[in-house]
Amino acid sequence: MKSPQEVNADPAYKQALTELLYQLADDDFVLAFRGSEWLGLAPHIEEDVAFSSINQDTMGHAAMYYQLLEDLGEGKADDLAHGRKAFERKNAILLEEVNGPGHYLKEPYYDWAFAVVRHYFYAQAKKVKIDSLKNSSYEPLAQAAVKINMELYYHLLHWKTWFTQLASAKGEAPERMKKAVVKVCQDFAGVLTLGPKADEIAGFHLIEDENQLKQRWVNEMEKVFSPSGLQLPEVEMVRGDGRNGIHTTDLDTALETLSEVYRQDPAASW
Amino acid sequence: MMTTYEQSVREMLAEVKDPEIDSVSVLDLGMIEKIIITDNAVQVEMLPTFMGCPALEIIKKNVETKVLELEWVEHAEVTFIYHPPWTSDRITAKGRERLKEFGIAPPPTQPGPDGEWHVDCPYCQSTYTTMDNIFGPTACRSILYCKHCKNPFEAMKPVSTIM
Ligand SMILES: [Zn+2]
Repeated sequence: MKSPQEVNADPAYKQALTELLYQLADDDFVLAFRGSEWLGLAPHIEEDVAFSSINQDTMGHAAMYYQLLEDLGEGKADDLAHGRKAFERKNAILLEEVNGPGHYLKEPYYDWAFAVVRHYFYAQAKKVKIDSLKNSSYEPLAQAAVKINMELYYHLLHWKTWFTQLASAKGEAPERMKKAVVKVCQDFAGVLTLGPKADEIAGFHLIEDENQLKQRWVNEMEKVFSPSGLQLPEVEMVRGDGRNGIHTTDLDTALETLSEVYRQDPAASW
Repeated sequence: MMTTYEQSVREMLAEVKDPEIDSVSVLDLGMIEKIIITDNAVQVEMLPTFMGCPALEIIKKNVETKVLELEWVEHAEVTFIYHPPWTSDRITAKGRERLKEFGIAPPPTQPGPDGEWHVDCPYCQSTYTTMDNIFGPTACRSILYCKHCKNPFEAMKPVSTIM
């Protein structure tokens, strides 16, 4: 499929494609927001600069996916990003979770171990998906994947470095990392799944089958876990499938904050 | 064959600088993919360097304003496309020279097999440099340090499709 016109002539294909695009867009969108809440709170100034650069890239990737949805007649990209209700969102539950107790403006108790593990696991999962999307049957999506891949390369490198350093550091870091790994794995299946339309999505060759993607992710993780002596727990979906529109109140508050900014100046570009 | 109309547009584009590096033009950076002229309307297809780059909107506006300065142009529009993707080898030789003059090392032409890369100091040309932070002040730059002249400096990140 080369164009939105071709897609619009095939309703079943279109349904699978839009479903996948919403997952990809909403995942990047909400995690970029959680990342941006770390601004000024990262362990040091260099990390602050790096992290906000990664968040900007990631928000840019979400914008590309929303644009693809706009091209398919789903509405304006900005509205898709900011105007949809929580139950309409397809992001994985893990990605909407708050960074820790407290509020980013008052007394934040954010957990850096959780941030590193969540972002590292996510970057690796995104890499596996992007590599597969480069061969997507929908050409505009395959082209977007090529572009995203070049930036993702640096994100993955960044988080992998943090992860391996903290996992093998002296002091309390490895213990905190272990806890974060257990916590993230409880919901990470929600990131790897393609949701209720997984069969159609793979059937139309939009991306490979979710089991294949998951296996490839596990293989990549094992390369880092085995030498460090850490155990990679089985990934689960304890709190439910965000692809099904199931979410926590963390998403409501995130969307509230985001749309406040958006309402103040809906014409501002982001 | 490039028409004289297209040539005049290109001349204007050479005057539109990167808002963050005011000696390097959007042409030098290899961001211009196509110029489409229909009567009095000019459409410029541009390749964004990094997707999250906040300067993109400013660049778009500056290009449109500049092209509209041409007497025969009544409409000017920039569209960002990402196929082909922008890669750092699109920066022209002149662009690389100007980056250096600005104190920014141009991107290395050949990253190593694991994606690691190395650049020389733009001030003293020493090869004795280390990476300080792969993510610099903007999406497209990294911060390095020269152990020879003891200056921190920035480098454009290499970006290629083989990564
Ligand atoms: Zn030097």
